[in-house]
Amino acid sequence: MAAVATFVLGLAMLPAAAQDPRQTMNPESIQIGLSTDRVAITADFTGADLTIFGSLENADPLINRQGRYDVIVVLEGPSRSIVVRKKDRLLGMWINMESETFLNVPVSYSVATTRVPQDITDPNNYRQLALGAENLHIEPQDKEGNPATLKEFEQALRERKTALGLFNMRVGGVEFLSQSLFRASLPLGPNVPVGTHKARAFLFRNGVFIKENSAQLAIVKSGFEQSLARFASNHGFSYGILATLLAMLTGWLGRVLFRKD
Amino acid sequence: MGIYLPIAELSVNVFVLLAMGAAVGFLSGMFGVGGGFLITPLLIFYNIPPAIAVATGANQVIASSFSGALAHFKRGTLDFKLGTVLLGGGILGSTVGIYVFSLLRDLGQLDLFISLLYVVLLGSVGGLMLVESVNAIRVSRGAGAPATLKRPGQHNWIHRLPLKMRFRASKLFVSVIPVIGLGAAIGFLSSIMGVGGGFIMVPALIYLLKVPTNVVVGTSLFQIIFVAAYTTIVHATANQTVDVVLAFVLMVGGVIGAQYGAKAGQKLRGEQLRALLALLVLAVALRLGFDLFVRPVTLFSLAGPDI
Repeated sequence: MAAVATFVLGLAMLPAAAQDPRQTMNPESIQIGLSTDRVAITADFTGADLTIFGSLENADPLINRQGRYDVIVVLEGPSRSIVVRKKDRLLGMWINMESETFLNVPVSYSVATTRVPQDITDPNNYRQLALGAENLHIEPQDKEGNPATLKEFEQALRERKTALGLFNMRVGGVEFLSQSLFRASLPLGPNVPVGTHKARAFLFRNGVFIKENSAQLAIVKSGFEQSLARFASNHGFSYGILATLLAMLTGWLGRVLFRKD
Repeated sequence: MGIYLPIAELSVNVFVLLAMGAAVGFLSGMFGVGGGFLITPLLIFYNIPPAIAVATGANQVIASSFSGALAHFKRGTLDFKLGTVLLGGGILGSTVGIYVFSLLRDLGQLDLFISLLYVVLLGSVGGLMLVESVNAIRVSRGAGAPATLKRPGQHNWIHRLPLKMRFRASKLFVSVIPVIGLGAAIGFLSSIMGVGGGFIMVPALIYLLKVPTNVVVGTSLFQIIFVAAYTTIVHATANQTVDVVLAFVLMVGGVIGAQYGAKAGQKLRGEQLRALLALLVLAVALRLGFDLFVRPVTLFSLAGPDI
């Protein structure tokens, strides 16, 4: 079953400004709203597409007609510390040797854009906004470490995260449905981390960053999975005993069902 | 169809897991082994984190051993006293093993240690079994008489150790030191490799302690159940790495596969079975050794509380 569930995360439509924006000088702004603040992972979860709706306010109709408004939506997972290890050859075997620890690295980082990032704005702006997986600020635990080594491990961290599908980008993942309404779709992989995720929307006009807005989303295990995981971490001993009894029961049932002697 | 593993925190294909369990169950039914030494590497090849693969492997081993031990219990081919002494050693070894396990995990050398243990143990046990069974096949072809494993009357250094104890069901009078030592070694392997250890226990009982072959498998299974249960409970308590959903799917596949495996096993002769099992064990060792010595695609790996 490869069904991809779609969670529609809401609609925060505010009436577009009626006045002529060039006269009132009202700055453009961006809104996203989540109709649900929880996504539950059930037993048959194989990944899903997350849809976020949002609106553009006080948009300049002229710029809008030229298609010079761009939106980038980011879904950032909870932050954890992470160890990056590098294998090296020892006695002919590939063994983990060097390691670096990085603090507060988002477990996942998904980006959806209206078009290719280099067409939206220049790399400098992305760096200033710390926008995009390659511009995420990653803090090493050992700040006095060799900068070249740290850079190498930091790069490896991004590459591994991308390979695992936890860091990803969808060019064209944000679409304008009307002059002011847009829809962003972001992939949630089968290994999406549970915890509080932050959805952020960035608005650009002619390559200039205008405004940012954010909303929170909790990704949780659903009833059974959640209770089981909680039971396992809070009552490890009883959980172990139950796991053992379940195994014995299964072994016995197998014998009863397929009796050969 | 996908299934979400609540402890591993990832979604996997349930049919792949069932097939894996069934294939291993088939082989374990055919050869009379628990199959832990196949399940754990297979899970690791399938990207289940090694810590979870090992602890869950131990949990899965209980099901297949319990099923097998019941049959031996019914036939009376089980030496409780010997099994209990082995078990005492097993608990000791497993406790040390679990401590070493979490130490290695913190050092980032757990995967290496698991692979090394697998390569060394499976390689040597597989190699010895292959030599022995090929010889047996040659002897039985030449003489036409079935080969016997046990050569009674032969004594080795083990029989000169102090603290002797009598095991009636096995018609044995040996020192408890090698028995506890063997149990401890298997317990240690069980907690680090997620195996029952039957593939080491059975030859060790036959060749080292000269236990009669008819009670070997039952006794080995009896002690494996308890050591695997102990390992599962301690891993669940200390490391929270037992995924029951994963274990259950594997068990269901395993129980079904084992029935067909047992039928297939009855059609083959003992030494042929042992030669095939030896080849299988060697293949797993080679596969793991290959990963150890060949330059990996990526030199970097990530580790953390949620990877």
